[in-house]
Amino acid sequence: MSAEAIDGAALAQFESEARARKVGDASRGAGFALIGLAVLLAVWWVGGKIIADNPATANFAGFAPAPTFEKLWEMLESGFAWRMTWPSLMRIGAGLAWAIAIGVPLGIVIGRFRAAREASSVPFQFLRMISPLAWMPIAVLAFPSWDRAIIFLIGVAAVWPILFSTAHGFRRIDPAWFKVGRNLGARPWHMLFTIIMPAIAQDALAGIRLAVGVAWIVLVPAEFLGVTSGLGYSINDARDALEYDRLAATVVIIGVIGFSLDWICERAIRKASWAREE
Amino acid sequence: MTVASDRHRGRKPGAHIAVTGVSHRFRRNATYALTDVDFEIQPCEAVALVGRSGCGKSTLLHIMSGLTAPTKGEIRLDGALVKGPSPECVVMFQQPHLFPWMTVAQSVGLGLKFAGRPKKEIEARVHELLALVELDGYEKRNVQELSGGQQQRVALARSLAVHPEVLFLDEPFSALDLVTRRALQQDVRRIASEIGITLVIVTHDIPEAVTMADRAIVMAPNPGRIFDIVPIDLDDADRSERSAAAQAAQERLQKSFEGASGRSVELAAARLAGVETLRLAAAGQR
Ligand SMILES: Nc1ncnc2c1ncn2[C@@H]1O[C@H](COP(=O)(O)OP(=O)(O)O)[C@@H](O)[C@H]1O
Ligand SMILES: [Mg+2]
Repeated sequence: MSAEAIDGAALAQFESEARARKVGDASRGAGFALIGLAVLLAVWWVGGKIIADNPATANFAGFAPAPTFEKLWEMLESGFAWRMTWPSLMRIGAGLAWAIAIGVPLGIVIGRFRAAREASSVPFQFLRMISPLAWMPIAVLAFPSWDRAIIFLIGVAAVWPILFSTAHGFRRIDPAWFKVGRNLGARPWHMLFTIIMPAIAQDALAGIRLAVGVAWIVLVPAEFLGVTSGLGYSINDARDALEYDRLAATVVIIGVIGFSLDWICERAIRKASWAREE
Repeated sequence: MTVASDRHRGRKPGAHIAVTGVSHRFRRNATYALTDVDFEIQPCEAVALVGRSGCGKSTLLHIMSGLTAPTKGEIRLDGALVKGPSPECVVMFQQPHLFPWMTVAQSVGLGLKFAGRPKKEIEARVHELLALVELDGYEKRNVQELSGGQQQRVALARSLAVHPEVLFLDEPFSALDLVTRRALQQDVRRIASEIGITLVIVTHDIPEAVTMADRAIVMAPNPGRIFDIVPIDLDDADRSERSAAAQAAQERLQKSFEGASGRSVELAAARLAGVETLRLAAAGQR
């Protein structure tokens, strides 16, 4: 065998070992995730059992896993689950769209101009610390419909992480990139779309991921008021109707969708990130 | 450097550069980084700006390329006033400063994309330049997968893709190992003379100046100024090897460099007096 062939064989073996290690890591991760999920279900099941066995709380037996999943299946089959989820998704989509449309450009301005950063720092930190739900009465007065008031509340909750992350991302840009850009004849829009946007994409998306988390949490209490659709309304409605299995099934839906949204964001961040490990 | 301008056909030769009365003071600094810098560079000439660190070489390069506006004085490129950066004068820095999310092909074609050239043309030009810098077949690679020397080659191709008239280099190879550095020095000089562009190299490395330049402008610090102009009249064959002629040129440049660094104050004073005559002599030659 020639030296090259030996090298090639060694390389192939090394690569297949590395692949095996990667596959091993992934299946190990999935194994632990399953264990975690099983523990969660067990705790839920035990909790449901205790509630059902106690005569004082037997009315709440619907919270246990078995009735919950039964109801969930029924809700999915009848299309009810989708009908109450869709308005919530629309609201969160609109709120996030506003937050991105305002947060990203404002973040770029704050990252770029020191004066803007210094002037806005105190007011923004002040506003950020106000619970979005505290805006509720103002939102209800300011907007003609409940729907828009909810979108406003989501936007207010979501804009801050997006804004601060974008500004942070901008400040990490290598100033030499602008020099290179100017030197090669970049126009302002080239600077924005070819240099700035890809450079900050990862940080902006990290901000959006945080924003999605906050917005999803704010959504449910925001839907407690006024509207007659959405997941938050459905929770309230199920409680008033004493349908605890429906209530628990809705909670499951909220959790699953929140988890999925976060997963999508995480994939997007991974895709936008250009930093390679050494 | 008539050889280069003869050899190159079809395009107009690299630009003539005139630096007139340039002084520069940074806003926060009390002292001038540059005072009364005057010189000319002929089309297709390769000139080295040599001097200890802090003597204003980079500042002068930024001013000449239009990236920095001088406090006083002006730069003319083929008689036209330089008002800002443009793809006619491209700059390469110590670091390649590639955009890490781009492929090699995207990086090299960037300037042409900014100029709004059609896709087909960009593709062809990228291909041509990657061949020139000996990176054929690397089009689809992410720039982060390349070695330091390869990255600097991509930066070179990116700079040349826009058909510049002048290539400015600010200690472009000092972060590379010796072998890579020597290879790139020779390649850049060869390429510049082949395509017919003016070359301005900032360096504090004497052998680099001798390998790459037809003339060295030696600068002195505090405030930054021209101290001496040393011609390097060598055949290209003599530059690459450790020939006696190259050694002699290095020694001459070294002496001037040390004089400029103020190690010998008397020598510096003597040289300073000599600069005027040298400048006059240089002017007489044109
Ligand atoms: N952006 C800047 N702001 C203030 N002073 C600077 C700046 N850049 C360079 N200087 C000063 O100008 C002088 C010349 O710097 P520079 O041109 O970088 O020298 P060189 O490239 O020869 O090492 C130095 O004293 C340096 O401290
Ligand atoms: Mg420098």
